[in-house]
Parts: sequence; structure tokens; C-alpha cells
Amino acid sequence: MATRGFGGRRPPRDTAGRIPPGQSATDGFPVLAATPTPYIPLDQWSFTLKVGPRTVATWNWEQFNALPRTQFTRDIHCVTKWTKLDTIWEGVSIDDLLKAAGLEPPTKFTLAHSYGGYSTNVPIDDLTGGKAMVALRYDGKPLEPDHGGPARLLVPHLYFWKSAKWVNGLQFTQRDEAGFWELRGYHMRGDPWKEERFAGD
Amino acid sequence: MTTNTSTPDLHPGRLQWQSAVITAIVPRTARIKSFFLRLPQPFDFLAGQHVDVRLSAEDGYQAQRSYSIASAPDASGEIELAIERLEDGEVSPFFHDIAVVGDEIELRGPIGGYFVWSIGDAGPIVLIGGGSGLVPLVSMIRHRANQRVNTPFVLLASARTWDDVLYRDELLQYAARQDGFQLVLTTTREGARRPGDFERRIDRQMIASMLACLSQTPRQCLVCGSNPFVEAASQALIAAAVNADVIRTERYG
Ligand SMILES: Cc1cc2nc3c(=O)[nH]c(=O)nc-3n(C[C@H](O)[C@H](O)[C@H](O)COP(=O)(O)OP(=O)(O)OC[C@H]3O[C@@H](n4cnc5c(N)ncnc54)[C@H](O)[C@@H]3O)c2cc1C
Repeated sequence: MATRGFGGRRPPRDTAGRIPPGQSATDGFPVLAATPTPYIPLDQWSFTLKVGPRTVATWNWEQFNALPRTQFTRDIHCVTKWTKLDTIWEGVSIDDLLKAAGLEPPTKFTLAHSYGGYSTNVPIDDLTGGKAMVALRYDGKPLEPDHGGPARLLVPHLYFWKSAKWVNGLQFTQRDEAGFWELRGYHMRGDPWKEERFAGD
Repeated sequence: MTTNTSTPDLHPGRLQWQSAVITAIVPRTARIKSFFLRLPQPFDFLAGQHVDVRLSAEDGYQAQRSYSIASAPDASGEIELAIERLEDGEVSPFFHDIAVVGDEIELRGPIGGYFVWSIGDAGPIVLIGGGSGLVPLVSMIRHRANQRVNTPFVLLASARTWDDVLYRDELLQYAARQDGFQLVLTTTREGARRPGDFERRIDRQMIASMLACLSQTPRQCLVCGSNPFVEAASQALIAAAVNADVIRTERYG
């Protein structure tokens, strides 16, 4: 059903194929978060890899920064309807993280955890194979706190709530456990091309 | 997903799109209008939740945006949205310049289960809203008034001018009841009009004097508006010794 009198603002032809349904491109970088921005001193920052309740590896800021670096230029899609094209990130790929810990994925599911209590679930297949990283830099600069710094998960092919800001850990889980927004009705996977915004989409 | 197209997908919890009808349009401030929508399939919602609106062009192109529900939860089958006109925006100018009473608007909801207040949630509750960020907070304040509970509420509302304060007269009326709802206004481009009001952007000192209106530390602080506004207000709360764990934010991007 067409909405009477609505024409719409079309994306330019050269980028049209990169804008998922219901999204529109923005030049800005909107900020969404359910809590105040935490400011985490780097000397107190750490990242923990867990299998269930068991810690398998921990890195402090210095150790984490010594891990191999990966660069991504990707389009990102927020469930609040904006898409930003060609964003430039640098960080540690999940492949390199697991390699550094000497860990083969023991289960198919993970929960990412953050300072401030946020969490989100991501299947391991969406994190490995060069698909995701723990990002430390955006657009050539250290990641700003309101965009998730010092470090955020980056899973650019899923809606951006999966790219947990202020990330401080990744935990393998036996089952696909719902995270913060997933418990509140958002989709368990969140593929923007399938418009998986809410449970049942 | 593969489904039989002849039977509707009744997946539990699935949010269905529906065509709501605009029953009234009411200008609220120079830049904000209210849109009253009758829902063919009414849903229960919590004060603070939002809906997604979907506009479709003749050729199938669609645009979606989120709008908080301004009305309180009730059985009327109608909801109110209050939409600010953003220059050069795709959706908000459509509502302001083109939509008329009788038009059908596709929407689905309710969405969001975190930035909410229910009458069972204990106070004191601190609400801070800037511009159209007042919308979900007004739903909570209306809900509190309708349900006649006296949970202590204090609202700090920021706007450019006295006339830009969304729902100003209604909020002043609630405050006049002196039933535990307190209203503090700050106008950033105009002088303060009432004793105790402010005429600047939100800062730590303003937050501290607002918290002094309360007899206890807040159980919940709900902050809504543009991202710079929410950042400033929530960091001011933290600077005024409010625990970050009790602060919830809704950012309009
Ligand atoms: C949970 C939630 C609840 C919300 N509740 C409300 C509410 O109650 N009331 C309310 O008014 N709003 C609310 N919003 C904001 C709302 O969803 C829209 O973002 C807002 O109405 C702007 O949409 P738009 O289509 O008019 O503007 P958009 O087209 O999205 O543009 C936004 C701004 O960016 C500029 N812009 C964007 N893209 C381009 C481009 N390609 N080229 C040039 N300029 C560009 C526009 O000029 C405009 O000023 C809410 C948002 C969220 C996330």
C-alpha cells in the first residue's frame, strides 16, 4: 500500500544497492546507547575470553594492542534506520584473537559483554572467517568513548546493536543466549538484508 | 523465511504492521505537531515505548523511522505521536507538510522495553528531556497522573524558548497539583520565567539543584533527546554523584 503523497528521498544510483530495505544513508555518525557513556581508563581496561564460566585468556590494554591488526572498510547499518557507507576501522580480528588464545571455537554461540553491563549474542560463524573484529580505531583515530571506545565489537554485516560498544569480553555459550536487546524483543541474529529487526521478523 | 503465503505468519511476539488512520493533527510548538492515530489492532504498551512508522512510495520504495508514543497507555485504541520537523528530513517534513486527517500510516509496535516506566516502579524518578525528547517522558507523566499514583517525579525540560517547551501548559497544570510531580524548565535562548527555572544549557550545578528537590536519591533517571543533549545531561548526573547504573538513555540520533 502506497502512502498518499510520499515520494521519498532516493539514494544516489551508485550506492542504491548498498542500502538495505527501510534504511537511509547518513553522512553523520549517530550515537545510540541505552546507558550513559562510560569512560574507561586504559590502565584499567581488559578483555577476557571465556568458555562458559571459565576464563581462557585475558589481555590488558598493552597486550591487546600488541596483537596483529586488521583493517576493515565496511558499510554499517543501525536498526534505528541509518546506514553509513565506507566506514574505516582498525582492530584485532576475532580469528586472530582466538589464535592468540590457542582456542578452537568450542561451541557455535557467543555472548559479547561490555562495561556498563550491555551484552549481545552473536553466532561464532558471524565472527570468524574475517567477518568481525574488536575495533580500536575508527577513521584513523582512537575510537571515541561515545562510539564505544576504547574498544568495541565490530560485526558490520549485522545490525549495529550487535557491534557491542565498550566491549570487554567474549564468552562461548552452549546455547544461543539472548543479550540485552534480544531479551527486549530484538532479533537473535539481526541481518539487515533480511530486515531481521525484531523477534519473528 | 519460508512460509505459506496464504496463511498469515502468527509467530508469537511477532510485531505486525498495521495501517493506522490519522484522526487529528494538533500543532504543539512552532516545530512540533501531534498526530493522533487510530489503530485497527490496538496493542498494550508501556509508557516510554515507541513505534516504527513505514512510508511507501508508489514504486515500492520505503522509509522507516521510530517515534515515541506520547499518549499514556489506555484502552482508547488511539496513540499520539509528537513529531518535530527537521529541515531536509525525509519523513518528518512529510508528516508536517503533506499528511492530513484521514490518511493511513503504516506502523508497528510497541518497541523497546528498557526506556520505560510502570506504575509499580518506585521513585523518586528523575526525567530529563530536550526538545522532542520530552515525548516518552510525557507518556510516563500522563500515565502517573491518570493512574493517580504519587510516585515522586521531577522533570527537567530543556527547550530553546518558553514557547518551545513541548506540552508546557499541560506540564504546568500537573505541577500545580502539588502531588509529588515537580517541573523545572530551562530555556537556552530566553530568560527564565518562573522562580527556580534556568536559562542555560544543562550542567552539573543545575542537576544538583534539581536533585535537591527530592528527599531521597533517585531510583531511576531517564534522559531523552539528541545525542549531545543526552551525553551532557547524563554526564552531569554522574558528576552530581548519581550512580550510572540508575541512568537510562534514549538517543534520537
Ligand atoms: C527510539 C527513537 C524514538 C524517537 N522518537 C521521536 C519522537 O517522539 N519525535 C521525534 O520528532 N523524533 C523522534 N525520533 C527521531 C526520528 O526517528 C527521526 O530520526 C526524525 O524524525 C528525523 O527523520 P527525518 O526522516 O525527518 O530526517 P532524516 O531524513 O533522517 O534526516 C535527519 C537530518 O539529517 C539530515 N540528512 C540526513 N540524511 C541526509 C542526506 N543524505 N543528505 C542531506 N542531509 C541529510 C537531514 O537534513 C535532517 O536534518 C526518535 C528516534 C528514535 C531512535
